[in-house]
Amino acid sequence: MVKNIIEVRNLSKTFNISSKEPGLKGTIKHFLRRQTKSVKVIKDINFEIKEGEIVGFLGANGAGKTTILKMLCGLIYPSEGSILVSGYLPYRRKENFLKNITLIMGQKQQLIWDLPPIESFYLNASIYDLDKFEAKRRIKKLSDMLEIDDELFIPVRKLSLGQRMKSEILAALIHEPNILFLDEPTLGLDINAQRNLRKFLQKYNKQTNATICLTSHYMKDITSLCKRVICIQNGSISYDGKLNLLLKKLSPIKEILIVCRSEEDAIQLENSGFTVKNKEKNEITIKVENKSITTSLKTILNNFDIEDLYINEPPIDEIIGEILIK
Amino acid sequence: MNLRKYLKVYLKFLHTSLASELEYKANILIDLITAILSLIGSIFLLSIFYQNNGSIGDWKFEEALIIQGIYTILNGITNTWFNPNLTEIVKHVREGTLDFVLLKPIDSQFFISLKKINPSGFLEIILGFFLLFFCIRINQINLNLGFLSLSFITIICSICILYSLWFFISTTTIWFVKTWNATEVLRSFLYIGRFPLSSFSFSLRVFFSVVIPIAFITTIPSEIFLGLSQLWKILLEVFVAMVFLVTSRKFWLFALKFYSSASS
Repeated sequence: MVKNIIEVRNLSKTFNISSKEPGLKGTIKHFLRRQTKSVKVIKDINFEIKEGEIVGFLGANGAGKTTILKMLCGLIYPSEGSILVSGYLPYRRKENFLKNITLIMGQKQQLIWDLPPIESFYLNASIYDLDKFEAKRRIKKLSDMLEIDDELFIPVRKLSLGQRMKSEILAALIHEPNILFLDEPTLGLDINAQRNLRKFLQKYNKQTNATICLTSHYMKDITSLCKRVICIQNGSISYDGKLNLLLKKLSPIKEILIVCRSEEDAIQLENSGFTVKNKEKNEITIKVENKSITTSLKTILNNFDIEDLYINEPPIDEIIGEILIK
Repeated sequence: MNLRKYLKVYLKFLHTSLASELEYKANILIDLITAILSLIGSIFLLSIFYQNNGSIGDWKFEEALIIQGIYTILNGITNTWFNPNLTEIVKHVREGTLDFVLLKPIDSQFFISLKKINPSGFLEIILGFFLLFFCIRINQINLNLGFLSLSFITIICSICILYSLWFFISTTTIWFVKTWNATEVLRSFLYIGRFPLSSFSFSLRVFFSVVIPIAFITTIPSEIFLGLSQLWKILLEVFVAMVFLVTSRKFWLFALKFYSSASS
């Protein structure tokens, strides 16, 4: 049986947050008498993650995903509850624990800006107490996997965002951690760079059996990497389970693209009580619940002059997007 | 603590920060010229003070030059290590890159205090030593083991006090986020260290000895050069340095408990 590598029990986190009214008056008031309030951003959550699992944390902005990730890697002290990661209390940041984990943040970088990435890799290697030979071997292995070569010797400031992100990942994995915390790793990357990164993460997980905890707003990252997702809503877990079950549960709708013979028909159809997703000239897309698809089709065919009709599953990205908004 | 590892990491720090600085040759050249002009300016200013007075606070011009020499060395150390690293703590906290430091299996205080160096500060240290050697000659100071070891101990203590004060202020950034001004104020106070403590009024002497012990930093090592040192003062400086070092360390570890990391 695969053992749990992360165990979270009754975890809560409260932050003191100050707020400011707009305008000069608000600024002066904020400066002289700052009003702070306690906000419970994580509320009594429980979950376990097994060794080798890739788990996606889903949630709208400010839901608490990054806070959970930062508590898991030991950057933030929990206010209540307990966390065990690889048998360690993360916030104690013991040396052996830190050698086991890594955090990659899409919007922050650790590479030395004016130097080629290779210099940062060797610096990290010395921090993780690797000898030169071992560091060289790992850099070669990871650069092959990430498909970077010449870029290692070009100053970071001259690299593209995608090349920089690959180098960031190499710097973060040089110590071969067992647990990877990834906070929006594909942020700002183009489609090719995103795909390459996902491919790399899949390969890394397969080869090393590393556990990966991931947050991302690019749904493709979640759908192609994670079998399991944890949905966070206002600091609580609203769903924890398989991604395909979630989609089945939360996607009881289909989309029907109807091409009407005239624009008047399309307008009539738009006003006939269906949920319209979009309309363009004589083409209209409506959303229909799975259980009423037959009756809806009958109504449409009997009452409107239809030229063509297509039934589609809504894109997975949109379904998840809707879950996040709810 | 694995000393071999820390030495290895420090050598890497030296290598990477030197390589980073050498990317910008013009900047280094300007810094070097600034260091020379700054020393000339300070000596010129001191000589103006002494133009009409034979001594200030019982210190003759040649003796006050010793303080200037020690100040130049300390200012060089400030520019080489403290300024590039400790001012960066504010940036680390504001931008959340302290996360990377805290997740490395290495002491975070060591990392953020020594990661960078500004090589142009070396020139100031060298100039400071030259000035001290010049002062040793003109003041006919007898170089013996006792003098050298006491000078070494007091200068090291001065460096520790200065570092701790700076680090302490930078640490408050974990709560207040932006504390550039506080470190700038400390820097301004450091200028006071160019003058003998006895040249100030009693209340200022108390302030610069007790509240902000800038006076300890230059005056006590200078007194050793002139054979005016008293044992209790040296012991007091050692004690103050140890208290400051330990307090700043404890304060850092305490502050980290309140680190909330920048939002993503």
